[in-house]
Amino acid sequence: MSKKSLESKQSDLTEFSSSISRIQIIQSYLHRYPWLSSASVLIMAIFSFSFFNSNFLTPGNLSLILQQVSIIGALALGQTIIILTGGIDLSCAAISVCCMMIMAKSGMGDPYIENDGLSIWLAFPLGIFIAALAGAFNGFLVTKFRLPPFIVTLGTLNIFIAITILYASGRSILENEIDPFLLELSNILKIGEFVVTYGVILMLLMYVFFAYSLRFTSWGRHIYAVGNDPEAARLSGISVNKVLMSAYLVAGLIFGLTSWIMIGRIMVASPNVPSDYNLVAITAVVIGGTSLFGGRGTVFGTLIGACIVGVFQNGLTLAGVDLTFQVLAIGILIIFAVTLDTWVRRVKV
Amino acid sequence: MVKPVLEVKNLIKTYGRVIALDGADLELYPGEVLAIVGDNGAGKSTLIKCISGAEKADSGKIIIDGAEVSFNKVQESRLAGIETVYQSLAVAPSLDVTANIFLGREIRRGGLFGQLSRMMDSSLMKKDAQKYISSLGIETIQNINQAVETLSGGQRQAVAVARAVAFSQKIIILDEPTAALGVRESSQVLSLIKNLQSRGLPVIIISHNMPQVFEVANRIQIQRLGKRAGVVTPKTHDMRDVVAVMTGALKLEQKDQTLNSVT
Repeated sequence: MSKKSLESKQSDLTEFSSSISRIQIIQSYLHRYPWLSSASVLIMAIFSFSFFNSNFLTPGNLSLILQQVSIIGALALGQTIIILTGGIDLSCAAISVCCMMIMAKSGMGDPYIENDGLSIWLAFPLGIFIAALAGAFNGFLVTKFRLPPFIVTLGTLNIFIAITILYASGRSILENEIDPFLLELSNILKIGEFVVTYGVILMLLMYVFFAYSLRFTSWGRHIYAVGNDPEAARLSGISVNKVLMSAYLVAGLIFGLTSWIMIGRIMVASPNVPSDYNLVAITAVVIGGTSLFGGRGTVFGTLIGACIVGVFQNGLTLAGVDLTFQVLAIGILIIFAVTLDTWVRRVKV
Repeated sequence: MVKPVLEVKNLIKTYGRVIALDGADLELYPGEVLAIVGDNGAGKSTLIKCISGAEKADSGKIIIDGAEVSFNKVQESRLAGIETVYQSLAVAPSLDVTANIFLGREIRRGGLFGQLSRMMDSSLMKKDAQKYISSLGIETIQNINQAVETLSGGQRQAVAVARAVAFSQKIIILDEPTAALGVRESSQVLSLIKNLQSRGLPVIIISHNMPQVFEVANRIQIQRLGKRAGVVTPKTHDMRDVVAVMTGALKLEQKDQTLNSVT
């Protein structure tokens, strides 16, 4: 072989390797900051929707999106913690709705038997306690009987829905019957032209708290370690079952607080609150770059993911697009996000 | 006569119908390197998992410094000063090197602030992790903020070894510590083992690599079918004898066994 052809071959090789490495650089960046891809999707979505509709990028509409996101965002926060451990919670919204009915109904009492009901200072903690208990029940089944979280929460989803409907006797509790304290989160705070409900603020505060806990405390680190590889975590001296149990319990607490946000947002306590919230919460987590395989992701990414869902729903509505297309768009986003995650996890840098 | 630091007597461990340990024994003397060799399925890994508390034996005794112990979890053996590098390495891939070294024993910030916020002392842990890694002499890990999954197999092993060495107080157990390492890194681990020995720390090492075993070990315990088939020293026996005992081709005479010879 002549020297020249050898040289050209070599330059081919270097060119090949540099084009590979450019993709690898993107891959490794996405690997290190999983929320980067979702952040760019969010920015692109906001950009294109504002292009199609001049009303989209107004403070009023952005405030509305945040309010619409507050329920899904809060549910998705609890969901993130569970998914980080390598689990999943299909029953998250069912827990919230159950908690909402307990708080609203036990606080109201039963007018037919002239019962004043519990004081709200009992009814509210009772609801939160039941939500935590429901989360702990999921955790108990997952840790004690080593059942797959998917199956456990598929079962408890139905159980919680049934309990809620039985408890509520199938009846909704209307705004004027609900204790004013439960509607507290519908109050608004004006920041310039932005209108933020207390519910949004509570959601954001929960995000800040858990972003801190997951990043800076050993509890958070153990959540990631268990999600990475439970056996390795056990051999590293982590009580895997305790960590899992705490994750489900904490998620239950978050779902309990979510029910407060829920009442404030929809102003009625109904056992028939759309149960597709369960799946939308998982959607937000996945779009936000958290891996369904566990051990990778951030709550910040989930917040972006929830915003993407909100922006798509709001933007497509403003653009006058049929609701079915919103569902279609979200579906495509999920597939895209999971494909990206699978690709990113194969990083070799 | 010197008393053993660690004594294992008649350990039995079964997984359903599979008998992993069928009355295994072991003695580890102060300051020695004890190699455990054996064919696949001879119960080497199960034996050390029982010692480190990762598995609970069905019956038998584990005695440390003359006192019988019973470890239900890894945390308990760690408290007793035993550190283990498992064959699977037991690292969390998406966490960085520092997080992995301190996994399960994170240091919290001091004072009232640390108690209230439960915040970890990241800078202290980072500093210490850097120290442990560089004291191993394995410089191939440049950045301890790197996620472990971005490291090569050898570097991951280095992280696991560094973790064990950093925290071991009494006994250090290494299960196939050089399996994923290159020639240079292997020799670094071997010199590290000698270094540990010179610090007076007894080491148990499981390895398939006979030349390495003969290089570092004071005594070689041969496991066969879940039991101790014999103990020899590199001085009295050669590799051929060891392999023959391992495969059952040769049975050691009791007088050949150098059970109590301590260097």
